[in-house]
Amino acid sequence: MDFRYTPEQEALRKEFADFFSEEMKHVPPELDASMEAIFDLDICWEFHKQLGKKLAAKGWIAMAWPKEYGGRDAPLIEQFIFNEVRGRYKAPGVDPIGVGMLAPTLLVTASEEQKREHLPHMARAERDWCQLWSEPNAGSDLASLTTRAVRVGDEYIVNGQKIWTSGAHRTDWGFMLARTNPEEKRSRGLSFFLVDMKTPGITIKPLYSMAKAHMFNEVFLDDVRVPVGNRVGEENEGWVASQMTSNFERSMINLFSHAKRELEELVEFCKETKWGGQPLAKNPLVRHKLAQLAIETEAGLAYSYSVVWNQIKGGLITAAPLAAGAKFLATELIQRLNYTACEIMGLYGQVADSRWAPRRGKYQNYYQQCMGLNMGGGTSEIMRNLVASMALGLPRSW
Amino acid sequence: MDLDLTEEQEMLRTMARDFLTKECPKTLVRELEEDEKGYSPELWRKMAELGWMGLVLPEEHGGMDMGFMDLIILLQEMGRNIVPGPFFCSVVLGSLPILSAGTEEQKKRFLPEIASGEMILTMALYEPNARYDASGVETKAVAQDNNFVINGTKLFVENAHIADYMICVTRTQEGASPEEGISLFLVDSKSPGIKCQVIPTMADDKLCEVVLENVSVPKENMLGELDKGWRIVTRALEHAIMAKCAEMVGGSEAVLDMTLDYVKERVQYGKPIGSFQVIQHYCANMWTNVATSRNLLYKVAWDLGEGLPVAKEIAMAKGWINQAYKFVTERAIQCHGAIGLTRDHDVGLYYRRAKAAELAFGDTDFQKELVAQQMGL
Ligand SMILES: Cc1cc2nc3c(=O)[nH]c(=O)nc-3n(C[C@H](O)[C@H](O)[C@H](O)COP(=O)(O)OP(=O)(O)OC[C@H]3O[C@@H](n4cnc5c(N)ncnc54)[C@H](O)[C@@H]3O)c2cc1C
Repeated sequence: MDFRYTPEQEALRKEFADFFSEEMKHVPPELDASMEAIFDLDICWEFHKQLGKKLAAKGWIAMAWPKEYGGRDAPLIEQFIFNEVRGRYKAPGVDPIGVGMLAPTLLVTASEEQKREHLPHMARAERDWCQLWSEPNAGSDLASLTTRAVRVGDEYIVNGQKIWTSGAHRTDWGFMLARTNPEEKRSRGLSFFLVDMKTPGITIKPLYSMAKAHMFNEVFLDDVRVPVGNRVGEENEGWVASQMTSNFERSMINLFSHAKRELEELVEFCKETKWGGQPLAKNPLVRHKLAQLAIETEAGLAYSYSVVWNQIKGGLITAAPLAAGAKFLATELIQRLNYTACEIMGLYGQVADSRWAPRRGKYQNYYQQCMGLNMGGGTSEIMRNLVASMALGLPRSW
Repeated sequence: MDLDLTEEQEMLRTMARDFLTKECPKTLVRELEEDEKGYSPELWRKMAELGWMGLVLPEEHGGMDMGFMDLIILLQEMGRNIVPGPFFCSVVLGSLPILSAGTEEQKKRFLPEIASGEMILTMALYEPNARYDASGVETKAVAQDNNFVINGTKLFVENAHIADYMICVTRTQEGASPEEGISLFLVDSKSPGIKCQVIPTMADDKLCEVVLENVSVPKENMLGELDKGWRIVTRALEHAIMAKCAEMVGGSEAVLDMTLDYVKERVQYGKPIGSFQVIQHYCANMWTNVATSRNLLYKVAWDLGEGLPVAKEIAMAKGWINQAYKFVTERAIQCHGAIGLTRDHDVGLYYRRAKAAELAFGDTDFQKELVAQQMGL
């Protein structure tokens, strides 16, 4: 056993860290003050796009992909190191949906033509993606979705409604699940499509979050024409690809390192901020709360290394049950971290961005937003179901 | 022993519930979150006509002479409907201290107008140091001729931007302990030297910053005795805490109800999500939190109304109900899934208010410290 990085990996890690520490000096403060800012505010989206360009120029967005699709055939571990460092700097620049979820799926299941068409654009940070899966009546039970795609000649004509589509109003393309066989009620009748969001018939309506931000959307599809060439995999076999995508969403190393950084910043705040004549950090209650979070974060990080290791060793699919565990461990940690931060701020914990607000009202924003992490990409309950059935071999309860 | 509501209390509850369901829909609640004033003068007038602002005031002062438990029942319903506006600060923080500590003259001058809804009161207690206890009172009042001159900054003052008068808690002397040397004044909000600004908050509940610069207040506006004001504050807070608990219990009941409705209706995997055991356990835990909160509320509020010593129990009740209301609203969102996170869904209105309510008059950590002290630790 050896927990160290090799000297080359250490050097790489330092290179990433140096880059981000410089670039993140220019981050708009709004980005850090709200989990939803990247999609909500022009200035934050712009920063994401600009940083993406720089990362692309460095060849870092898609390190582990094959060269022919814009990658550089780097070992997976380098990609993870990059994710970890990027999480630590809370840096945007990598499309979490396109690069994070769709690309690995395409690498395994898409046609050569599709890979050549889409992957290089992602590697160059030229196209951002949204995920057109959930529907009003198909959330956790995604396989029950009813958006219909009917083949007519060389096209599919799509009708239906999607919901909770993060960033649909910002992104260029979407990947969608739609029903191609209405006889099959569940997963067997679904196909996986790539959709240009500018296609006529697509209407995007904002859904505002509790913290008043525009991140979510409803997407209405009326006679939207999708070329047959944009179907990934065989007709009616989209479910298999979609399950792969879900697993890619869940390694969480960046979320744990993000949590660690958040905690460090909270600690810094408690050292700097005086309350009742002494720094908050001297208050035994505050110290215990911070220590508890530090313990939880360390345990989570250690776990996420094991997930990463298993992903490298056995592949993303075999590590899926472990990744499901990482998902709820990470998101619930971030929730507790924000609740604790608000507790420590006392009366100021409720103040929104204004001259009275600690850290631009970030914690009260996060207080309203952090539970979204427990739902997006599969709820904590579903993740626990997966751990129970896949990792522990217990009978399915649903 | 009789743990049931009286017939009159049942009537009050039903009447309040019907009235508020009709007159204070969530559309209004949302509208008022964005509204500068934060309350509806029309709803305010109707509530005044029902006699609510004077519910516990004596008839001679324009009130209905009902008891503290009746007010608790009413506030529970207001919490259930999350009624926006200055009812709490005017009635609980304003009229009760005047009733208990005011001179005959002050009672005559303020109470009938509060009872009729014509006058809105609030209390200016907390300051930028954000301390809940007496040591937080740094705003100074200094005697000058027939007046006192007040200087300082008050923070998190409920609805100060619309209040006509505020009970301003000031330091008139550095005493041997923080509790000594505190005096209260009924300050006209329009006095020269007062600047007021609404602080943006998570619950959009119109907490204000009030800056007082050489504000002159006539001596006869002192509430209670010079330097002995903290006793009045303590008593006011005891009532305010139980009143806040009543709102919180009402809110948590509403959230439990809406969650139960939802998990019965929402179908995933071919069955209502309420048939999944994990959701059932969440609901069972929410329900026990609501039930314990309600019973603790009634028990301690009743004791308080009877004049029994309840300092410890009040801290316990607030400590418990703080956590319960937050838990219930948080699990409610988890049961709702993504829809629970939207601006348009009601559950978020309660989730945000649960946090704000915790912070009012002492968060959980503060209450635990009080309990520990009361336990002789
Ligand atoms: C921040 C965020 C971003 C999102 N982004 C996107 C996006 O870009 N694209 C997209 O398509 N979707 C997106 N979603 C939607 C997300 O995938 C769904 O919210 C999620 O799948 C849950 O579905 P639901 O919200 O309909 O909740 P429901 O499935 O209705 O669940 C409600 C509750 O029931 C529980 N439950 C359901 N089934 C079971 C079961 N079998 N056992 C135990 N408990 C169960 C759930 O865990 C939850 O607590 C996003 C959601 C969030 C919050």
